[in-house]
Amino acid sequence: MKRISIDPITRLEGHGKIEIFLNDDGDVVNTYFQVPELRGFEQFCVGRLAEEMPVITNRICGVCPEAHHLASVKALDELFGVTPPDAAKKIRELLYMAFYVTDHTTHFYALGGPDFIVGPDAPPAERNILGVVNKVGLDIAKQVIGCRARNHHVLEMIGGRGIHLPAGVPGGWSKSISEQERAEIEGIAKENIDFALFSLKAFDDIVLKNSAYLDLITSDIYVHNTYYMGLVDSQNRVNFYDGMVRIVDPEGKELIKYHPRDYTSVIAEHVEEWSYLKYPYIKSVGWKGFVDGMDSGIYAASPLSRLNVSDSMPTPKAQEHYERMYETLGSKKINGRYQPIHHRLVTHWARLIELLYAAEHMLELATDPEITSPKVRVIPERIVGKGVGCVEAPRGTLTHHYESDDKGVLTMVNMIVGTTNNYAPMTLSIKRAAEKLITKGKIVEQGLLNKIEMAFRLYDPCLSCATHSLPGQMPLIVNIRNNDGEVVRSFTR
Amino acid sequence: MAAKPKLSMYWASSCGGCEVSLVNINEKILDVAANFDFYFCPCLLDTKKKDIEALKDGEIAITFFNGAIRTEENEEMAHLMRKKSAVLIAFGSCSYEGCIPGLSNLHTKAAHFDSIYLNNPTVDNPLGIVPKPETTVPEGKLTIPAFYEKVKTLSQVVDVDYSIPGCPPEPKQVWNVIEAVIQGKTLPPKGSLLGAGNSTVCQECERKKEDKKITRIYRTYEIIPDVETCLLEQGLLCMGIATSDGCGALCPKVNMPCTGCYGPPVGTLDQGAKMVAALGSIIDIGEKKGLSEDELARRADLIIDSMPDYSGTFYKYSLAGSILGGRKA
Repeated sequence: MKRISIDPITRLEGHGKIEIFLNDDGDVVNTYFQVPELRGFEQFCVGRLAEEMPVITNRICGVCPEAHHLASVKALDELFGVTPPDAAKKIRELLYMAFYVTDHTTHFYALGGPDFIVGPDAPPAERNILGVVNKVGLDIAKQVIGCRARNHHVLEMIGGRGIHLPAGVPGGWSKSISEQERAEIEGIAKENIDFALFSLKAFDDIVLKNSAYLDLITSDIYVHNTYYMGLVDSQNRVNFYDGMVRIVDPEGKELIKYHPRDYTSVIAEHVEEWSYLKYPYIKSVGWKGFVDGMDSGIYAASPLSRLNVSDSMPTPKAQEHYERMYETLGSKKINGRYQPIHHRLVTHWARLIELLYAAEHMLELATDPEITSPKVRVIPERIVGKGVGCVEAPRGTLTHHYESDDKGVLTMVNMIVGTTNNYAPMTLSIKRAAEKLITKGKIVEQGLLNKIEMAFRLYDPCLSCATHSLPGQMPLIVNIRNNDGEVVRSFTR
Repeated sequence: MAAKPKLSMYWASSCGGCEVSLVNINEKILDVAANFDFYFCPCLLDTKKKDIEALKDGEIAITFFNGAIRTEENEEMAHLMRKKSAVLIAFGSCSYEGCIPGLSNLHTKAAHFDSIYLNNPTVDNPLGIVPKPETTVPEGKLTIPAFYEKVKTLSQVVDVDYSIPGCPPEPKQVWNVIEAVIQGKTLPPKGSLLGAGNSTVCQECERKKEDKKITRIYRTYEIIPDVETCLLEQGLLCMGIATSDGCGALCPKVNMPCTGCYGPPVGTLDQGAKMVAALGSIIDIGEKKGLSEDELARRADLIIDSMPDYSGTFYKYSLAGSILGGRKA
């Protein structure tokens, strides 16, 4: 039995390891995507002050601290039984749109983009952000850098810091926005809209007009018929900050729409011995192993998933591009909604449509008369002791669940993180890519291995996020349980 | 043309924020590319470990090493990067002092284990399966790195030349360090902090200080602070007085207390101890004359009770590298 290892999997935010096993004929027998890394937030946050969680959980991920920060403050709103003023909700959402612009831009140009822009068969040393710069030219590179810079400036202005912001508090936000700041943000939002349109055009020119790429996108390598998850507003439109969680089946029919605080009745997590990361799945459908289809509880949560669960986009330009994407890929409308797209590489396109929505919505919020209201905080008057907060992180639905004692000291923390949702789909994609691209011992070229990496890079995985839950060392623990499942004896080696 | 010096950035147990901070030097990243051969950075580049192993010892001019040492893999990479790098820099709070993940050292392994894989609201694990360093699957053996008892800092496992504090280090500070190298400036003595000042966050903070005593501590959700006066003097536990300067006092600018991410100021051994000492001199339990011992104790207890989490407050970032270190058993 031959084996191929890829370690570390580069250009994803965290650590990962892929093992591919071949039989004597040189065909793929099985693949494993292992996450060899954990840190342990769910345990070491116990004993902390609840109100510190927005600052602590930032550190789950330096790429999307804003997502954790907002899920956290929303959980605190519930835990302290307080409703933030409208202006505070709008400031949070405005910050979040600026964050989405930087994050999706970073992924498209620096992390996922090199696969397309430089080409999947380019030498490893060129397949990176600097290779992108060489390919698209310095002017465009400077535009990308400029886009990230101006939005990080907004994050620092509203949130306090460019990375690991402090400004979220239960009951609102620690800082209001001045008229001068508002005017500046409005200008930045307008530039963002232009930049998003420019990026969509670049995707058109570089990817959609290139038959080799188009074949790759529409080939059956990267197709999985799974369930999809995402937050939607009251009209079933995409929403990043708030709403109900909607799950649709592989044919696009709604399976369930639930309030985030009911997440434990919908989602369960499966554990494997060979990875530190857990596999969430839909409870009512069940865990059937690494297979897709209607009978497998595996679901995906990603930019493409969010578009698949929604009936439309909330802003006009994003809606145009949304329709164009589904039409281009031949998706039929049934009961007024497009059928889900299962071609995973289309996620890159969906990400750019979301980039445009984030930019348009940022402008809506920056021109909202209420955004400069000084009333951005309400002081909580009680401690309820339990709170669940949920936002759409760029990489999928993010849920924070806290419980505390009557002093607001945490007693239980549970989180289901964006990337974790996609652990099973990523595993499916990697296995499929390996099976399709390695046959009869065909020589494994760098580009081929990279296509396997592409299979999961499209999810923009963030394993540092996903591995927030860490035991210290892995000891062997044997629990002897009675019929009621209670531990009567426990050995630790 | 002489070959450009090799620069690498490696992440151990980290969040990726240090890499984003480097990228946030914005257009200056192009200067980095012009002056260095940016050789290894799993977050952004496709170079793999075997490429590093093939290098001569010391061939990488500078390595920024971010993230704490959590697993045997982290430690193995720390030794490899040390060997291949002329200058090894602990980049950011995790590798310098353990940071937030270091809070793990307050809990037993078994407690972590139980709440992650066995007893938690979503886990469905009737067989009590837990990850193991080695698993036999039908096709062969799979391994994942074993976890250490505790989070360690980089300097607890290898020899470190310099440290850059901050969670993450501010981009302008990162650039200051890189620029000094590009300009061929003499670096300070080995063991120095780079990208930070010689004072405290209070020195950078524009809020008005009046050397006022405080009679009680408020938690951040309890009051809306005045925007112009010192947060500590308003009774909020601002760590600025026990934290190295370098960030520009960003958190106080948005009316939130400093939480201490730049670590202790130069010359201070233990950040938590410094903060407790500072509180000792600022907390005032009021007029003591004529009070019984019991009443004095009651007042002191009230203040102490208003801080239900000492470690998480005073050692939020510095626990793993502190004298305290975490749980002893």
